[in-house]
Amino acid sequence: MVVTFPHMGTLNIPVKTFLEGIGQEVVLPPPSSKRTIELGVKHSPEFACLPLKINVGNYIEAWEKGADTVVMAGGVGPCRFGYYAQVQREILQDLGCDMEMIVMEPPDCDWKDLKHQYRRLTQRRISTGQLVKTLHLVWKKLNAVDEIEKLSLKYHPYEINRGDTKKAFDQILKWIEEAKHPKEVKEVLTAGKKKINKIERDLQRQPLRIGLVGEIYMLLEPFASLNIQWSLGDLGAEVSKSIYLSDWVKEHLVFNALHLNRSGSLKNLAKPYLNHFVGGHGLETIGHTVKYANGGYDGVIQLMPFTCMPEIVAESILPQVSKEKDIPVLSLVLDEQSGEAGVATRLEAFLDLIARRKAQQEGELVWMSI
Amino acid sequence: MVKVGIPRALLYYNYFPKWKTFFESLGAEVVVSDETTKHILNEGVKTAVDETCLPVKLFYGHVLNLKGRVDFLFMPRMVSVARNEYTCPKFLGLPDMIRQTVSELPPFIEPCVNMRKHSRQYMREIYRIGTLFSSNPCKIYKAYVAACQEQKKYQNLMIEGFTPYESLNILSGKMVREKKQPGELNIALIGHGYNIYDRYVSMNMIDKLQKMNICVLTPEMVPRHFIEKQAEKLPKDMFWTYGKQIIGSTYSFMENPRIDGIIQMTAFGCGPDSLVAELMEREAVRRKTVPFMLLTIDEHTGEAGLVTRIEAFLDMVRRKEVV
Repeated sequence: MVVTFPHMGTLNIPVKTFLEGIGQEVVLPPPSSKRTIELGVKHSPEFACLPLKINVGNYIEAWEKGADTVVMAGGVGPCRFGYYAQVQREILQDLGCDMEMIVMEPPDCDWKDLKHQYRRLTQRRISTGQLVKTLHLVWKKLNAVDEIEKLSLKYHPYEINRGDTKKAFDQILKWIEEAKHPKEVKEVLTAGKKKINKIERDLQRQPLRIGLVGEIYMLLEPFASLNIQWSLGDLGAEVSKSIYLSDWVKEHLVFNALHLNRSGSLKNLAKPYLNHFVGGHGLETIGHTVKYANGGYDGVIQLMPFTCMPEIVAESILPQVSKEKDIPVLSLVLDEQSGEAGVATRLEAFLDLIARRKAQQEGELVWMSI
Repeated sequence: MVKVGIPRALLYYNYFPKWKTFFESLGAEVVVSDETTKHILNEGVKTAVDETCLPVKLFYGHVLNLKGRVDFLFMPRMVSVARNEYTCPKFLGLPDMIRQTVSELPPFIEPCVNMRKHSRQYMREIYRIGTLFSSNPCKIYKAYVAACQEQKKYQNLMIEGFTPYESLNILSGKMVREKKQPGELNIALIGHGYNIYDRYVSMNMIDKLQKMNICVLTPEMVPRHFIEKQAEKLPKDMFWTYGKQIIGSTYSFMENPRIDGIIQMTAFGCGPDSLVAELMEREAVRRKTVPFMLLTIDEHTGEAGLVTRIEAFLDMVRRKEVV
């Protein structure tokens, strides 16, 4: 059994560690590329959302590299993601890609099924000690990756030589990926932080602070969002993302499984605008926008794949949030047709607008030159 | 008399008799928005965000149509109508979307219909909206029972093969209940009620087919237990109630030898349909028994194009019969 799984940003690091830790042979799909999208779009339903299409492309490319089993997550709706695996299985079957699918449903609905799927995944018996050790390592890596990403995004707009931070970030990711023990992860993390701290920076700059909200895949997978988090930094904005993988894991795999509800504060923030959960991250998008507005951010950008249902609800409500909370919001709808140049132009225009607005608010009207 | 406005859009075709009876039994007057026109649709398209689907845009139009004419706007938050299932995410946020986008609307009657875990909360919500009209719990209870009975009658009429229009007319006494005459062909028209029954959006598809002497069958005409039985064949429980209805009824039409063809009508950008239609298309191709056609509609669809495709499809179906 050769296992693969779809890409989602830095997801490959913890998941690969986990699968190898329980004794599986893993083949990663090649990094998502134009070919991935082309393959995915060709074989997926026309109006499916972008993540499904990229997933399908990933599977096909992994199949070409010799994978025969896909590990995928599930869900209970109402977002389409919960039915991804079933549709993808049909697509692969009709294509003649003879791949098995192991679908991990969230533990808060069915423990038995999860256990059954886990058994399918681990053919030879893994001792509990080994499993706990692996999970510990996975947990450490998960947090390390997100910590480094947060730090890099924070320092990115100050860098003097464009691209230094991104380069360092990619390198540190490799280090984390290669670490074999929790201790090693810790060492690598410290070294990584040092490395980022050493990057030449101009601390006189006053970057605009932008909050990125929206659909989880678009936020986590730079390929799908056309590298927006880094290009915003290049344009001189400090980016905060509303969702990180570790937060998601904590919320869905740990707290929900124990039936603890933690997103209370976000819910309360969103309440005047959206009073009910709408699936996906629609409610969180509204809640985080209010949070960023309260936190004095200069603007918020919402990222969503075309036809994403929960985000459409959020998109309809955001203009009112923007008005009442006095914060500029840009909704970017992306799909396989989106071009980098078009998105870059919109981002530049948006940043120009909020820079001017900020200057006006601070009482100094200046000619902006970003 | 208090006027309660019900938009003639989205789940209107599924539940209208129930709420009409409920409000009228409590002494309110029910005002339904006008039948869809180009103007209503255009108003909706102007107000809603671009990315949203045609039915939701149309809903905006119908809400605007009722603005200023009613004291209350009935806008339930349809979260779930069956255990462990959901409706569409957009229905979950619909009242908020409307409230934040359209200004100066009358107050909403906004029950939260959520039967995902149990129906206790739903009953509490019924009572809560009942108290807007009457302080007598007995009266509210009676109104609700009458509403359920009316709804049952409506659904039974549809299972007998009457379209929602015919059923509504029969219920209000405008039409006599006659046995349906068999047509030359039996065509299943599949889709969400708000797409196939709205005469403007569907370009009067049902009437068009009926005029061609075709007997039209829709998902609402398939009894619930048939749908459940077919849906069990799916690899995973479908968590959208209406998606399940569509796929379950299609599978049972596919197994019915009297069905000559299946036409699915879906709105551009419909989330659940994008996956459900894919599963259905693949199933139809694998079975190779019944001709299947997928029609996607949006606010730009031209009537001539649609008619051409229908005629071509019917020609193909007839030819298949001969061969």
